Amino acid sequence: MHLTEPFGDRALTQPLVERMMSLAERLSPRQVRLMEVCGSHTMSFFRTGVRSLLPDNVTLLSGPGCPVCVTPNRELDQMIALASLPNVTVATFGDMLRVPGSRSSLVQARTSGADVRVVYSPMDALTFAEADPSREVVFLGVGFETTAPTVAATVLEAARRDLRNFSVLVAHKLVPPALRALLTSGEVRIDAFILPGHVSTIIGAQPYAFLESEFGIPSVIAGFLPTDLLEGVVGCLELVAYDQAEVRNRYARFVRERGNVAAKSVLEETFEPCDAEWRGFGVIPESGLRLRPHLRRFDALERFTLDLPEPREVHGCLCGEVLKGMVSPDECKLFGTACSPENPIGPCMVSSEGACAAHYKYGAHRAVKV
Amino acid sequence: MCLAVPGKVLEKDGMDVTVDFGGTRRRARADLTPDIVVGEYALVHAGFVIQKLDAAEAERTLEYLREMGEHAPD
Ligand code: SF4
Ligand code: SF4
Repeated sequence: MHLTEPFGDRALTQPLVERMMSLAERLSPRQVRLMEVCGSHTMSFFRTGVRSLLPDNVTLLSGPGCPVCVTPNRELDQMIALASLPNVTVATFGDMLRVPGSRSSLVQARTSGADVRVVYSPMDALTFAEADPSREVVFLGVGFETTAPTVAATVLEAARRDLRNFSVLVAHKLVPPALRALLTSGEVRIDAFILPGHVSTIIGAQPYAFLESEFGIPSVIAGFLPTDLLEGVVGCLELVAYDQAEVRNRYARFVRERGNVAAKSVLEETFEPCDAEWRGFGVIPESGLRLRPHLRRFDALERFTLDLPEPREVHGCLCGEVLKGMVSPDECKLFGTACSPENPIGPCMVSSEGACAAHYKYGAHRAVKV
Repeated sequence: MCLAVPGKVLEKDGMDVTVDFGGTRRRARADLTPDIVVGEYALVHAGFVIQKLDAAEAERTLEYLREMGEHAPD
């Protein structure tokens, strides 16, 4: 897809492209490294053709922005083990199905007879639980701040209906603590962040203030249309060029300064922060969620006893490094050879928003291999 | 995973809403935007309205998604 194809309104994009070029020139020969935190941004940059327009001295790094990709094998193994228990139905978003854990995947469990159902909304899991009180229904709670409130509202609804056969495996992750971990580790140089639009719709702009105050890193909250993506890049380049480290909101039509207050209060009522493990990062303090004590009866890990061996990783898969922006997908030896969307070895190739899948789909692998 | 799609609220019954995504209708929940009313535009993610939208902006986004052939909320 290139800019000659349907690209929204050229009259709106052209001035942004020009502004981007002139800022890049002004910054040259400096190499500017922008991290797009969100996996939907990774895909959108390719799909809209905006990525192919970037000036030579501007590099886009993909960050830990896909909840599927950052779910560690330990949690995947738990999900697969739960699905394999007798009398348990597991309900999940479709993205999780093919992700390999240490030893198998949900789809393999299903082939072996497990009841794994793909749902569009976590509320569908409540419907299953109500329809058959003799079965235990477990929802796999995966996702960032965009998704966590939908699961929180579902748990509150389950409490209201006093459902006894419904629980959630809570594997939610929070974006700001991951950004902090990334910057604290000092493993990768980042000049500015393009911050996720829909996560920010919930949390608002305020939680990113530490990027400026503690790390002096500028950032721009951006949406997913071509103009949004360009505004994200232009905003970052402006801030870098003028040495300003503020948080800019370029998605104000959806993102308010304080976010969605009602959604935040549903989240707050349901969950409390806890330490959580991320693929590639290990445990990041206060970066996950767990049910508050009065709702723990809905915690799948409290309800079922799982005795699992230590998780293991596939030899050679660089997903952990990809998620930290340390390597580009095509630097993985398995990329496009042993690992492809048809036969994915790591989650970054499985998830439709994974960096490896995006690079593969849009031909970055061919450019490298020829 | 947190793809979110704008649509217009056609019906509301308690926390259950019906949203029109340029022709496709789906049910969603309004627990996270309890004050949304019929006729307003909604950003929907995983079966929940996660934000209310300004009509003009919603139309602009919908128009673009239509061009890209991506307006189904999955
Ligand atoms: S889940 Fe949210 S943050 Fe992650 S890739 Fe999707 S839109 Fe971006
Ligand atoms: S190419 Fe495959 S194996 Fe390599 S990092 Fe990506 S997902 Fe992992």
